[in-house]
Amino acid sequence: MSGKPIRVLVAKPGLDGHDRGAKVIAQALRDAGMEVIYTGLRQTPDQIVGAALQEDVDVVALSCLSGAHMHLFPAVVEGLKQQNAGDILVLGGGIIPEEDIPELKAKGIAEIFTPGTSTVDVINHIKQKIAQR
Amino acid sequence: MFDKDLVEKIKAGKQKYNEKLDKLKSKRPERQPQFVTDSGIEIDTLYTPEEIEYLSYENDLGFPGSFPYTRGVQPNMYRGRYWTMRQYAGFGTAEETNKRFRYLLEQGQTGLSVAFDLPTQIGYDSDHQLAMGEVGKVGVAIDSLLDMETLFDQIPLDKVSTSMTINSPAAILLAMYIAVAEKQGVKADQLKGTIQNDILKEYIARGTYIFPPDHSMRLITDIFEYCAKEVPSWNTISISGYHIREAGSTAVQEVAFTLADGIAYVQAAINAGLDVDAFAPRLSFFFNAHLNFFEEVAKFRAARRLWARVMKERFGAKDPKSLMLRFHTQTAGCTLTAQQPDVNIMRVAFQALSAVLGGTQSLHTNSRDEALALPSESSVLIALRTQQVIGYEIGVADTVDPLGGSYFVEKLTDEIEKRAMDYIKKIDDIGGAPKAIDFMQKEIQKSAYRYQQDIESGKKTVIGVNKFQLDTDKPKDLLKVDPEVGKRQEAKLAKLRSERDNEKVRSVLNQIKQVAQTSENLMPYFIEAVKSYATLGEICGVLREVYGEYQQQIVF
Repeated sequence: MSGKPIRVLVAKPGLDGHDRGAKVIAQALRDAGMEVIYTGLRQTPDQIVGAALQEDVDVVALSCLSGAHMHLFPAVVEGLKQQNAGDILVLGGGIIPEEDIPELKAKGIAEIFTPGTSTVDVINHIKQKIAQR
Repeated sequence: MFDKDLVEKIKAGKQKYNEKLDKLKSKRPERQPQFVTDSGIEIDTLYTPEEIEYLSYENDLGFPGSFPYTRGVQPNMYRGRYWTMRQYAGFGTAEETNKRFRYLLEQGQTGLSVAFDLPTQIGYDSDHQLAMGEVGKVGVAIDSLLDMETLFDQIPLDKVSTSMTINSPAAILLAMYIAVAEKQGVKADQLKGTIQNDILKEYIARGTYIFPPDHSMRLITDIFEYCAKEVPSWNTISISGYHIREAGSTAVQEVAFTLADGIAYVQAAINAGLDVDAFAPRLSFFFNAHLNFFEEVAKFRAARRLWARVMKERFGAKDPKSLMLRFHTQTAGCTLTAQQPDVNIMRVAFQALSAVLGGTQSLHTNSRDEALALPSESSVLIALRTQQVIGYEIGVADTVDPLGGSYFVEKLTDEIEKRAMDYIKKIDDIGGAPKAIDFMQKEIQKSAYRYQQDIESGKKTVIGVNKFQLDTDKPKDLLKVDPEVGKRQEAKLAKLRSERDNEKVRSVLNQIKQVAQTSENLMPYFIEAVKSYATLGEICGVLREVYGEYQQQIVF
């Protein structure tokens, strides 16, 4: 791993307007020395893929609390793969029922963080995964 | 508020008390070096008449049902009638939600509260590309009057009051409600209920905006004007602090930003030529009931007093009803934990109690499983029963404002009012709430981040998350929305579009397009359009063409 800071795109796919978690995570990652871009609300999976490529990020952190995660999260992973960017680490967070997690992981979302997660855990997870590359 | 001699005696007594206290603290330090509320107001060891001697009973507290309404908006509050027990509900199709509504009414709920799915809230039909994956998820999918007729099937609209959490397209959903009522033989002037219709907090904190602020404000004042004449018992707006608090604000910011939004709506309506006393009696509010118990009780009291003063002094309102801040409360969703979810029942109960002691007019209690999924029927029942226990069993509803006169609560009430007023002055300096959206977002975000840091540092305790953790199984009977809902709605829409009079639909949509460019009231045109089964997405689509869409500033 080079000494370059880790670049992260924090994104809100779908129509969900709950952005407290996304913004708190964005700020915590930035305070941990990462370079963070936040997309704002109402992004389609295609827009998120486009932003990830344009910003040349190492990580895409998706947040969705509307229950549309099964549709939206895999669509982002799929889009990245199609653009030959399947190496970007994709994480998800929000109100995600436990039973949905295995399927999301099988579809390429590396980790799912549910309510009550400490920002420190998210930071450590990202650092560890990026260091393994 | 107290006799001068008495206060002098108390001051002398307090000196001795403080000496004792210092001795005690030098031997055994207190749990924390400093105690503060969630808003950062420092809490003293003890409150006595000394701390509130400057308050005047007459001017600052008064009698319930009288200015400045600190102690409540009705003279006898819950001795006359309990607050309305109103559980927010909606998921899947109109058929499923209609079933949940009727279940809740059978269980003793006294009002309905409709949750719409995100496509409905943002003015997209269920077959729109951006609706994919969202149909029926966070609420019920309503595409046309057809769905609305199903939603209220066998529910007499002259008997129940209905609250609808709908903002940007509020005028259109209200038009549908009026049309359904008409089909039931219920006249518009018999309808009771509320539309949220609070666009400013959508820009600030909740995110279901469609149009830019100026055009949104025009739709809102059209509703004020129309309802004042045609639907006089309808609450035309529910000015909401709830979502501002959920986004991470403090209690003080919740009061300040909500009332600043309220001031903007009143000003907009006055600018549109309406008389303040013609619409202000139908303004209502919506607050959060969070964890810091006494601060929450004080917050409701402070909001009531501050609004009464603003309406009287700033806007010269004369009708007492214009001065009264009537509000709905929901317990704080953001305080629910996915860990040990049954503990949420207790959190909700204390939050609900603070709302009742704060004089709420209606209440939604959250369900224990909401950090995991939409609430299951059994969880909703416990939540409703919690309200019923507070009302029927523990006696807190038997006198008015039982915490009024508490030295601590009165001091906190005053402190919150003062700090909220400071914020409102700042927002006035920026040019009012519509211009201060970024400012409010930044303030909320700072508070949200601090709150999270306090949890992670252990300064703030969250049972089950950073203290008293336990490995428990996650509950199994969570509600799952049928993934086929989207397909069913799409099929319904296709059928509707092939069966209705499409010539008529084109003509009403065209008319809306024309009128939207004038200052004529749009409400009658919306009613005509929904009766012709023009869909919500079609009507909003026409308005999008005329008004454009709001582009969010990314503040972070």
